[in-house]
Amino acid sequence: MTLEALQSETLAAIAAADSLDALEAVRISALGKQGSISALLKTLGQMSPEERQVQGPIINGLREAVTADLAARKAEMESAALDAKLATERLDMTLPAPERPMGSIHPVSQVMDELAEIFADLGFAVAEGPEIEDDWHNFTALNIPETHPARAMHDTFYFPNQMAVDGKAMLLRTHTSPVQIRTMMNQKPPIRIIAPGRVYRSDSDATHTPMFHQIEGLVIDKGIHLGHLKWTLETFLKAFFERNDVVLRLRPSYFPFTEPSVEVDVGYSLVNGKRVIGGNEGWMEVLGSGMVHPRVIANCGLDPQEYQGFAFGTGVDRLAMLKYGMDDLRAFFDGDLRWLKHYGFSALDVPTLSAGVGA
Amino acid sequence: MKFSLSWLKEHLDTDASMQDIADCLNRIGLEVEGIEDPAERLAGFRVAKVLTAAPHPQADKLQVLTVDSGDGQPLQVVCGAPNARAGLVGVFGMEGAVVPANGMVLKKAAIRGVESNGMMCSSRELELGDDHDGIIELPADAPIGTSFADYSGADDPVIDVAITPNRQDCMGVRGIARDLAAAGMGTLKPLLPDAANDDAAYAPLAAVLSELRSEATMPVSAVPIRIDDPDGCPAFWGRTIGGVTNGESPAWIQRKLKAAGQRPISAIVDITNFVMLDLGRPSHAYDLAKLSGPVVARRAKDGETAVALNGKEYSLSSEMTVIADDAGVHDIAGIMGGEHSGCSETTTDILLEVAYFTPERIAKTGQALALTSDARTRFERGVDPAFLDDATLILTALIVAHCGGKASKIVRAGEPPLANKTIAYDPMLCDRLGGINLPFHAQQEILERLGFVVAPNWTVTVPSWRRDVDGPADLVEEVVRIHGLDHILSEPLPRAAGVAKPTATPAQKLERKLRRAAASLGLNEAITWSFISEKEAAAVGGGAWSLANPISEDLKVMRPSLLPGLLSAVQRNLDRGATSVRLFELGRRYLAEGEHPSLTFVLAGDKTPRGWQSGKAQGFDAFDAKALCLALLEAGGAPVANLQVMEADGTLYHPGQSATLRLGPKNQIASFGMLHPSVTKAFGIDGPVIAGGIHLDAIPAKKASGFMRTAFTPPALQAVTRDFAFLTAVDASAGDLLRIVKGADKENIVSARLFDDFRGQGVPEGQKSLALEVTLQPAEKSYGEVELKAISDKIVAAAAKVGAILRG
Repeated sequence: MTLEALQSETLAAIAAADSLDALEAVRISALGKQGSISALLKTLGQMSPEERQVQGPIINGLREAVTADLAARKAEMESAALDAKLATERLDMTLPAPERPMGSIHPVSQVMDELAEIFADLGFAVAEGPEIEDDWHNFTALNIPETHPARAMHDTFYFPNQMAVDGKAMLLRTHTSPVQIRTMMNQKPPIRIIAPGRVYRSDSDATHTPMFHQIEGLVIDKGIHLGHLKWTLETFLKAFFERNDVVLRLRPSYFPFTEPSVEVDVGYSLVNGKRVIGGNEGWMEVLGSGMVHPRVIANCGLDPQEYQGFAFGTGVDRLAMLKYGMDDLRAFFDGDLRWLKHYGFSALDVPTLSAGVGA
Repeated sequence: MKFSLSWLKEHLDTDASMQDIADCLNRIGLEVEGIEDPAERLAGFRVAKVLTAAPHPQADKLQVLTVDSGDGQPLQVVCGAPNARAGLVGVFGMEGAVVPANGMVLKKAAIRGVESNGMMCSSRELELGDDHDGIIELPADAPIGTSFADYSGADDPVIDVAITPNRQDCMGVRGIARDLAAAGMGTLKPLLPDAANDDAAYAPLAAVLSELRSEATMPVSAVPIRIDDPDGCPAFWGRTIGGVTNGESPAWIQRKLKAAGQRPISAIVDITNFVMLDLGRPSHAYDLAKLSGPVVARRAKDGETAVALNGKEYSLSSEMTVIADDAGVHDIAGIMGGEHSGCSETTTDILLEVAYFTPERIAKTGQALALTSDARTRFERGVDPAFLDDATLILTALIVAHCGGKASKIVRAGEPPLANKTIAYDPMLCDRLGGINLPFHAQQEILERLGFVVAPNWTVTVPSWRRDVDGPADLVEEVVRIHGLDHILSEPLPRAAGVAKPTATPAQKLERKLRRAAASLGLNEAITWSFISEKEAAAVGGGAWSLANPISEDLKVMRPSLLPGLLSAVQRNLDRGATSVRLFELGRRYLAEGEHPSLTFVLAGDKTPRGWQSGKAQGFDAFDAKALCLALLEAGGAPVANLQVMEADGTLYHPGQSATLRLGPKNQIASFGMLHPSVTKAFGIDGPVIAGGIHLDAIPAKKASGFMRTAFTPPALQAVTRDFAFLTAVDASAGDLLRIVKGADKENIVSARLFDDFRGQGVPEGQKSLALEVTLQPAEKSYGEVELKAISDKIVAAAAKVGAILRG
């Protein structure tokens, strides 16, 4: 058989092989120890150098051609086999993936984080105080003596007389303002704090719950006046609602612990029948504020001739409702998963100034 | 405080519109809560004349009228009123008008087959009175076609103003008028007429007033008046008026009382109420016939009782001031008169009381009796102590003018506290505190318009009716509120240089981390009430703080644990059909010694719902709670590797499927496990509930060590793992074995993981096989057989110390 014939026969056998086993058989018959091409290679040793110089490249060429063709054919068959195997492994990717529980952050916590972020930028630290308070911190120090009509307005929850501490009646704080007192007594001015937290009043209807959340702000320094208060509240509300068209209207009011006292209305517009903060189609009360009463400053051991400042307070739940559109306060405290998942926030919605505090 | 516009204008000379006045009230701190315009309610009702009246062909009680409503074309109207007749002038409701009494919109309709184009109205339908026997009959000369609102003068809007507790002076219409005048809304009219002015508020009473001014010819009071409690009642003016007729009060008083939301009772009562609303001055009239002996302002005796005008009996104490006579207590001073001595239709002789009561006494008495009244509201805020004589004069004049009778001389017992307050005011303070740089003269004008007296050295005398003003800051408030808070310009707070500094405390940062970690672990944050019921508190060991006046028994005890609130929420969610509940709350527990921040979570229902991959639904178990606790503590930066797992104490948890995590035996940081079935049952929950709780304040604070981490280079040599299986007693703790194995060779062992707990075939009875994968990290050079054998020996020897024997 000529080398050409051997080559074409072997290549034909490779092409005809229909399985890896058949291919291996062709390889053995050509390149195995007893193979036809192996036999030819062995003849090279007996040739004269001249003859080998001629035959060597031809036989080696034959071997290489066959080897390459075998490899190519093998790769082709393996790929076809893999394709076939993969074809059998097909899954319906429209089937549902394993469910992952989605946690959520309560809107009140989210809004408190937003407020902390906004006020941190203005240099306000977050202060805290007890919710079970004594009547001195909650009332007396705030210029609300025992016979003051404002005490009745507060619908206070009291603890029985035998729970009194140092002769002071214990109660649930009716506002976050006692934190003002605790801060001024423990810290030298300049003071800039916000104090968010739970407060309690004996009141319950669609817009009132016996427990709710307030945030208090306090600035005590030299030379602080109502203009600073106005700027602070404007800046805070614009940052919180992320709108530049937030308009404030200040109205004189009365709180025993501030003088002058200022009630703050914020303008709203009606969008699809809902009140949206911004513009001035109407006004709603959002904040109580004023210059801290000199008597309150003195009660905390500071000299009101030297230090003055402002305080403000507002409802955190209410801010959440205005920003995110809930309309029933009672649902805030029900723990209904459907509500929590709808109005709650993702763990990753961390308020930051760079990304915007709202989510 | 409600009053009509025309009432206000009796004290305020102004051309301002209702809207301008309302805007001004808001601007100066008298918040307008509403304006009610009665004319709007009467839109579509006209004066009309019945031209003809004929019987209805289909109904005996109805008539068919033709009515001239001023449009020229007579309208056919069906009417059932017995007094409907030709020639009657009445009130006609046109098509489209809304009947005030029932909200019905009038429209063209056939009544028993006869077309009717509107309605002739009764008083009751227009809410003008109770009369419904027939249609309204107006005088024959009433102009046909005019709007009935105009004709009847029902064009007087009623303003509702919220008065803050400091402004007693505005709890009368005159005080509001004074504030408006100060703000430029007109001029305050004089109160009492004299020769110089005839536009005074009480000008219509000029003749009677002038007669009453001279007491010389009057008889002495029929009753002596005495003060035995000058602390509670420093001043008591009184006089008797004999021979009165206590019928209905005049229409103008009734109209005002109705505008204010009060019901007219009788002339004398209405007059005292009117003066209270008009001038902020409460007073009281006794039926002289019901009194015996001198009338005394004294302390009540402990246990003494009084039946007040509201018909209720009150038990009094010696802390309270009363008005009494020989027979006993009549009046809870300054709060409410007595039922027995009140004026009635048959009253002919009265004692008029105009007193000054000490505000603090009134407040305490009112609080103690839980009794509110218009009088208390004013007295406890402090009425004008300089307004006793004129108030007595005005009251007497009104009574004599409308009820007749003869007044006695005034008995003036005691002295009201008249000392004028003065304040050293620095007008610069307006700018310094109020942020408004207002010229001194402008400030002075504002103060003077409000009744303050400003001396050249800026010593400011406070008017007697402004008890609320007692310092320079109050004067700033007066000036800026009248000038207008709109004029305050925003001024930025000075800002510290550079980037804002972090302001959160470590405890706050910990809370934030744990909250967001919990949410990222699939838990939904809830906020539940801080107060729970006694029963719920008892289920978790009882609470230390119980409210004296809870809003309900369900919200009474300050929670000693967050579990009850969450368990109630679990129960509500399961009842609503939830199949899987993962809730957490981060809040305070209230213990006897203080408030502690905690995070508690509850897991109930399905952990995994049935699924095409996972098969049957799977519930939660105590290890889910353990995993969550550890993940949360890790997120919070707690030294998780050092935590010891110890038994949970108490009865909250399943005794065999719960534990605590502690740093040392005394410092419990967390607890977790399956709740005791009796606890879940107490909250109405079927099926197991898994729970865990973390005490935030037990987590040790991280030591501040700057931002630099300890140096680290990944080891050059590869770590090696070796498996060990140990036989140990079934009740032995896997944790002990793991800990001791980990510690067997600290230089080489970097971790040990337990991957199998096997009991059964091949394992002797009473024992279990625990398999551990130990990771070894060579340092300088790779391990040889000798080194590995040495480490293995150490591990086996260590395990033996806790009774674990290497499985052969």
